[in-house]
Amino acid sequence: MLIDTSATGLVTLDDGTKILPPNLIITSLDKIVNWGRLSSIWPTTFGLACCAIEMMAAGASHYDFDRFGIIFRGSPRQADCLIVAGTVTKKMAPVVRRVYDQIPEPRYVVAMGSCACTGGVFRTYSTVQGCDTFLPVDVYVPGCPPRPETLLEGMMLLQEKIRKEHFRWSPWR
Amino acid sequence: MIQKEAEKIFETRELNVNMGPQHPATHGVLRLVLDIDGETIVKVTPYVGYLHRGIEKLGESLSYFQALPLTDRMDYVSAMSNNIGYCVAVEKLFGIEVPERAKFIRTIVGEMSRISNHLLWLATHALDIGAMTVFLYCFREREWILDLFEMICGARLTVTYPRVGGVRNDVPQEFLESLWKFTDEFPSRILEYETLIDQNRIWLQRTVGIGVISAEEAVSWGMTGPTLRGSGVPYDIRKHMPYDAYDKVDFEVPIGTAGDTYDRYRCRMLEMRQSNNIIRQCIGKLPPGPVMAEDPKFTLPPKDKMMMITHPTKEVAYFIEEKACKGCGMCMRACPAKAISGEKKKPHKIDQAFCLQCATCFAACKFKSMKIIPGGKGLSEEKLAELAAGPMPEEIAKAAEHLVRQFEFIKKGPKAPEGELYVATEVPKGELGFYFVSDGSGKPFRMRLRAPSFIHAGCLPRLCVGHLVADVIAAIGTIDIVLGECDR
Repeated sequence: MLIDTSATGLVTLDDGTKILPPNLIITSLDKIVNWGRLSSIWPTTFGLACCAIEMMAAGASHYDFDRFGIIFRGSPRQADCLIVAGTVTKKMAPVVRRVYDQIPEPRYVVAMGSCACTGGVFRTYSTVQGCDTFLPVDVYVPGCPPRPETLLEGMMLLQEKIRKEHFRWSPWR
Repeated sequence: MIQKEAEKIFETRELNVNMGPQHPATHGVLRLVLDIDGETIVKVTPYVGYLHRGIEKLGESLSYFQALPLTDRMDYVSAMSNNIGYCVAVEKLFGIEVPERAKFIRTIVGEMSRISNHLLWLATHALDIGAMTVFLYCFREREWILDLFEMICGARLTVTYPRVGGVRNDVPQEFLESLWKFTDEFPSRILEYETLIDQNRIWLQRTVGIGVISAEEAVSWGMTGPTLRGSGVPYDIRKHMPYDAYDKVDFEVPIGTAGDTYDRYRCRMLEMRQSNNIIRQCIGKLPPGPVMAEDPKFTLPPKDKMMMITHPTKEVAYFIEEKACKGCGMCMRACPAKAISGEKKKPHKIDQAFCLQCATCFAACKFKSMKIIPGGKGLSEEKLAELAAGPMPEEIAKAAEHLVRQFEFIKKGPKAPEGELYVATEVPKGELGFYFVSDGSGKPFRMRLRAPSFIHAGCLPRLCVGHLVADVIAAIGTIDIVLGECDR
């Protein structure tokens, strides 16, 4: 990208080199947008089953999600990530989908636990065999339930994924 | 006149509000439909079933000993107590005698899970009402308990540590010391929570006089556990129908008087102190001895003994004795590596290069033609035949016997006596009952659970009507429900 050097006003050093004035950083729009996004992933407070307890533990004092900028929000409209924490039943699946639809773009989905990944031990008439049957899942976190550290690892993988995104910052894509 | 006109123009209607299943304060996926008149609740209709996973049906397709891990996932906040409830029920059905040490260990872990459950209850209840700090404080101690659970069984939440006939393994000394330290410190931590909310003006306004229910009504609604004891009914299964080691420890059952949200809160706080007391007594009285019933019919054989003949590094070889083999082909079909070949009614042969030493063929053979040769790996066929002619070493023969027993145990499961049985235990939420109908096979014909959460969720309309919308949150918190157990 070209920079209008007359407008920014380059500073001349003692040896004659011209540099940008202080407090001015050049970067690509992709990089700065992705950096902003990955450092403030806000998931919805949406617990389904056992994994929700570990999700709460990850957000509480001992594991402390806040230090990664991950803050739980009560409303999906304020969030940009959905952690599917627990078993999705056939009665619950439309609700999960609606919560996902309410999240504004860009939105990400983390499938937490074996139930959300594949259905887990519950291979029954009422359980959805993995939430990827109706949601686009970004990160799978296996475990029954996964430890809070595992969820942390999953969220960090999501951050890596967001860091590599290209051109996802405009309404027209 | 004017008033009548005004009433005509501004007619009042009840407002219908849907709450949940996605709501931060409904403790999972409970859905309530509220009819409200202004701010006052007129009618509440709870809808359950959003977490119906078919645990009862699944339990009927598994043997009594295999369905245990499903009970963790019912009430995942206090998985240990659920495991104990299931184990006590199955032991009563089979008539298994549990060793004394296992009983005490179970009582310890059961009370630990009661503390962790009440801590989570207090954390979320306070968070819903608006006290954020309590949430962080409670999780600090909860993590401590979960670390202790991890020390004995490797899992934090879904433990499956108690087994039918005892517990999975003995507790290490390190665990007991760490737990003793915890019980030393915990009463002071309870004081910390109480300093925050016990006399807090906002807490008192949100809880005193909210969701009042009298003793008679609470009994007729089927309430149990601390939810019932808050109304002043001293009903506790640990006291009245003792199981495990509860008849050998000394404890009180705290009860409330007013039957409101605040009294139920006080009950649970006192209960945590009693649990702490019970743990201390149990550690003091912990007797030595085995931790698993030694009846070979109901317990899995020791794993280390079987490893001797099934592990690839143990250098054993499997060999089919030509004289004894009738050529039935059972071993050929059972072999997962397809290492056995041969024609029908002629002696079969094992290709030693492909053999995995898994012993599946050994368990499948009905004519005892299979021989296990220690140190036989890599030897020639002639040498193996020579070794196979001699008798098997006693140690190996015993290990083989264990192995066959394990195959039978896992495949079919021990047969239960015919009949019906209902056994209830006191889990942190109330009375958890297991009802089995047995038809004499290895699997229950019908498994039914009496889940306290389901019955308490049914009481919600009674507790909410007449109060304000904000008090619904307090009412959901005070009955302490978990939807995994409610919907099963």
